[in-house]
Amino acid sequence: MTDANGLHVGRRMRRKEDPPLLQGKGNYVEDITVPGVLWAAFVRSPEAHARIASIDASAARERPGVEAVFTGAELDLEAPLPLAWVPPGVEVNAPAHWPLAKEAVKHVGDPVAVVIGTDRYAVVDAAEDVIVEYDPLPAVVDPEAALDGGDLVHDDLGTNKVHEWSLGGDVESALASSDVVIERRFVNHRTAGAPIECRGVIADYRAGELTVWSATQVPHFLKLFLALQLGMTEDRVRVIAPDVGGGFGSKLQVYGEEILLAWVSRKLGRPVKWIETRSENMATAHHGRDQVAYVKMGANRDGTFTALHVKIIADFGAYMMLLTPLIPSLGAFVMAGCYRWQAVRTDITGVMTNKMATDAIRGAGRPEATHYIEVMVEQMAAELGIDRLELRRRNFIPPEDFPAETPVGIVYDSGDYPGSLAKLLERFDPEAERGRTADGKLRGVGFSTWTEICGLAPSRVTGPSGLGVQAGLMESALVRVHSTGSITVYTGTSPHGQGLETSFAQIVADRLACDPQQIDVLHGDTSQGPWGLDTYGSRSLAVGGEAIARATAKVADKVRAIVAHKLEAAADDIEVREGKFSVKGSPDKGMTLAEVAGLAYIPEDNLPAGMEPGLEETSFYDPENFVFPFGAHAAVVEIDPETGKVDLVRYLAVDDCGPAINPSLIEGQIHGGIVHAVGQALFEQVAYDEDGQLATGSFVSYALPSAAELPMFETDRTETPSPVNSLGVKGVGEAGTIAASAAVTNAVIDALRPEGIAFMNMPLTPMRVWEALQEKRGAPA
Amino acid sequence: MIPAEFDYVAPESLDAALAALREGGEDAKVLAGGHSLVPLMKLRLAAPTLLVDLRRVPGLTGIQRANGTVRIGAMTRHHAVATAPELGLAAKAAATIADQQVRNRGTIGGTIAHGDPASDLPAVLLALEGSVMVRGEREREIAATDLFQDYLTTAIADGEIVTEVRLPAGDGWGAGYAKFNRRVEDWAMVAVCASVRRAADGSCADVRVGLTNMSGVPLRANAVEQALRGGGLDAQAIAAAAGLAAEGTDPPEDLNASSDYKRHLARVLCRRALEEAAAAA
Repeated sequence: MTDANGLHVGRRMRRKEDPPLLQGKGNYVEDITVPGVLWAAFVRSPEAHARIASIDASAARERPGVEAVFTGAELDLEAPLPLAWVPPGVEVNAPAHWPLAKEAVKHVGDPVAVVIGTDRYAVVDAAEDVIVEYDPLPAVVDPEAALDGGDLVHDDLGTNKVHEWSLGGDVESALASSDVVIERRFVNHRTAGAPIECRGVIADYRAGELTVWSATQVPHFLKLFLALQLGMTEDRVRVIAPDVGGGFGSKLQVYGEEILLAWVSRKLGRPVKWIETRSENMATAHHGRDQVAYVKMGANRDGTFTALHVKIIADFGAYMMLLTPLIPSLGAFVMAGCYRWQAVRTDITGVMTNKMATDAIRGAGRPEATHYIEVMVEQMAAELGIDRLELRRRNFIPPEDFPAETPVGIVYDSGDYPGSLAKLLERFDPEAERGRTADGKLRGVGFSTWTEICGLAPSRVTGPSGLGVQAGLMESALVRVHSTGSITVYTGTSPHGQGLETSFAQIVADRLACDPQQIDVLHGDTSQGPWGLDTYGSRSLAVGGEAIARATAKVADKVRAIVAHKLEAAADDIEVREGKFSVKGSPDKGMTLAEVAGLAYIPEDNLPAGMEPGLEETSFYDPENFVFPFGAHAAVVEIDPETGKVDLVRYLAVDDCGPAINPSLIEGQIHGGIVHAVGQALFEQVAYDEDGQLATGSFVSYALPSAAELPMFETDRTETPSPVNSLGVKGVGEAGTIAASAAVTNAVIDALRPEGIAFMNMPLTPMRVWEALQEKRGAPA
Repeated sequence: MIPAEFDYVAPESLDAALAALREGGEDAKVLAGGHSLVPLMKLRLAAPTLLVDLRRVPGLTGIQRANGTVRIGAMTRHHAVATAPELGLAAKAAATIADQQVRNRGTIGGTIAHGDPASDLPAVLLALEGSVMVRGEREREIAATDLFQDYLTTAIADGEIVTEVRLPAGDGWGAGYAKFNRRVEDWAMVAVCASVRRAADGSCADVRVGLTNMSGVPLRANAVEQALRGGGLDAQAIAAAAGLAAEGTDPPEDLNASSDYKRHLARVLCRRALEEAAAAA
């Protein structure tokens, strides 16, 4: 942070991107019109598992406005849809996955045909006229039963098991020598990303070049895979992610619809557009979570943790999508949580079922891991009879131990776990919040002291020879100062609601002595700026922001050299001060960025000898390590023992993502993240019935909580810089989601413990809580 | 939303609306706010060929009282009902419908004619022994007891339009409404409405209890009423009566509630609604 003057960094600034969005002037895929565009509508399977006996599209083809109907048989793509995780030395059973099912459908919503026509309504009408005969097959729904043999999701694979993957060493001896070992079975149920904007694609192939607009988090990934799947070279493919209305991981995907529309556009020589409905989104945008975990934790009577063993059965659904089998592994990296252990081990078994695929949803493996760890810690506290906060303090990795290597071989960059917990406890007295209320409600308090791994990069760890992601997870930035001093920043990240246009502008503004409003941050168009690796895994600031800081530093160095040359001072003596690059000790001697830019583009004899003209720099940044944000959360719940309804009445969070760039954006991310996890704990569940039918196909049945269901959040921060990047920053987009489900669950258990209930799984819906209470009361539920 | 193709008219008189409905045949539907019908059209579960929008028909809005009866125009928005405290129980129930946007658009006639057993107002109409006025070939009054025939099925015939909802004025009655849902905007998982009138000695002179979402149609909790009528209204009496709330019910299961859980909720909510009503009576 040496050259930041702090005029903008660290301060609250309203989001630069908001005015057009708030005025309805955003530019989403649905807003984009391309002359001559055709519309696409999908015919999707109503069956969870069936052989396609026949498809009769003749009636659909004859409807007015219909130009074509395609089925899986007609597809001639170069390769099936991508699985970008190929871990070295691990066998992964991945079924062939095509944008349109070829012989059989494997989940409700699996596309079997696409209708193309001149009118959006006409194609939806025509899709209803495509007659598909299905021969139903038994649906595989229960992931544990699916591993025991019986019906198969994909006959040709001969098994429902996808893979086995482990991290960590021997835990058995540490568990065997522990005074106490407890074991719990967790069900971490399936959830949806549920972005406000559903998916949408326009593909326009003309004159050998392909342009695709998509509501995606990953335009660069998509560009690469479009080229591979269509047999094109990357220079002929351009992907644009315009304004994107949220993703939450569900748009970290290369979807069949995206590939298919490009294929259709090339086939027909016409642009093609598809806008997803909410019903389609609930069924066919990838889901998240969906694990069963058997967790064993050992400790000694004095409260010292010994070992943690987590066996995860991960329900991946019917197909392996972009990163499907990798997701639980992301949790394994932080399975040590904030604590010291002799041994930690995670064993993952992936399994296929006749459901939509799971993949990254906000937190991606880490919310599950934190849930297991933090619920187990409070279970252990009850077992040992030791105060749960005292137990945590006894086992925290102490601040002086950082960088700290955990038993799974990951090195945490920095942390002060007792510090964030202490700050949390300054805000409230947990004991005063507990017990029965005057009107008979059961109150409880739960905690979650969490850390996570984010800033996805570095390529040496994540890449093909390491973890096995078939991409170099690094990031890029190009900072271009125009001749009049305004600035365009190109980032390889792809923000879709986070506010990064604002925080990135703040970073640049401080370093180049200018106003953030003069800085345009461009993203999401693969024809602009260098190759990037997009937005997910809380990486945009810690990786992308650092790339911007580095490119900006190069620009600033050149500016200094020019100023020093013009003012006959030493470059080292040029500092950013009050909107100028000034000579140290002579504040009146200085130049504005605009003045310097003018010289850079009209060099004449104004530049130092040998210096190239122009004022723009690029940086490619591959970090040394991940970053590990952390914090302490507390939830206070009130349960109506008559109905079982859980009300979240207080939620407190102290988070640490390093020095703030924009505190308002951090609060926004924390608030949204908490809601996401409270949603999983109390409200949301993607449910399939025993026949594999989706029971939560809309927002009526998929219960996203709204502000009315939530208290005011009480948030605060500590700032422990990361040594990994020059900004000292860590990711924050997933933090709240990673932390909060355990805090809420622990609070519910705390409230129910006097009633004899010592453990419960999510979702903590009124009926499930009531049934648990009934069981303890000895009454029939 | 991409519904199936349909025509749309917004006539400026009731006669013109009736004529349009008649000409539209059996696949013509009345649009009276649209917050139930339009979502069904979005999902293509409903595909009317003609929508006859009543929003321009004069004389269908407003709340008037005469001769002990409150007459509520069929196109009166939920918000207007919710903010008319003289409506007592109906106002309490209407205030809990979905969210403010829905209350600003949805109408009392629309929700009654739709006949969704999970909606708030049908059980209120039934419990209070109200009625609806409908116009078709002729004008007729349908008592609430005859109105709700089956799931989403009412005695309102094709070609008929609800013009008015009639409720007895609630003078001297205390109202209580207890609704259970997971999120405020959700339909009731179960709701119980109660109306109580005390005798001079404080005992229960009369009582009405309606159940929402406990069957394919709204229900009257007859056993509860019988247990209370003429007796005391103390906590014990109310609790004992409320224990009968699930008698004769047939609540449909859903993802978040078993039939048993709904029966349990009915008993709990019945007690709470009665307590509220008794306190106000």
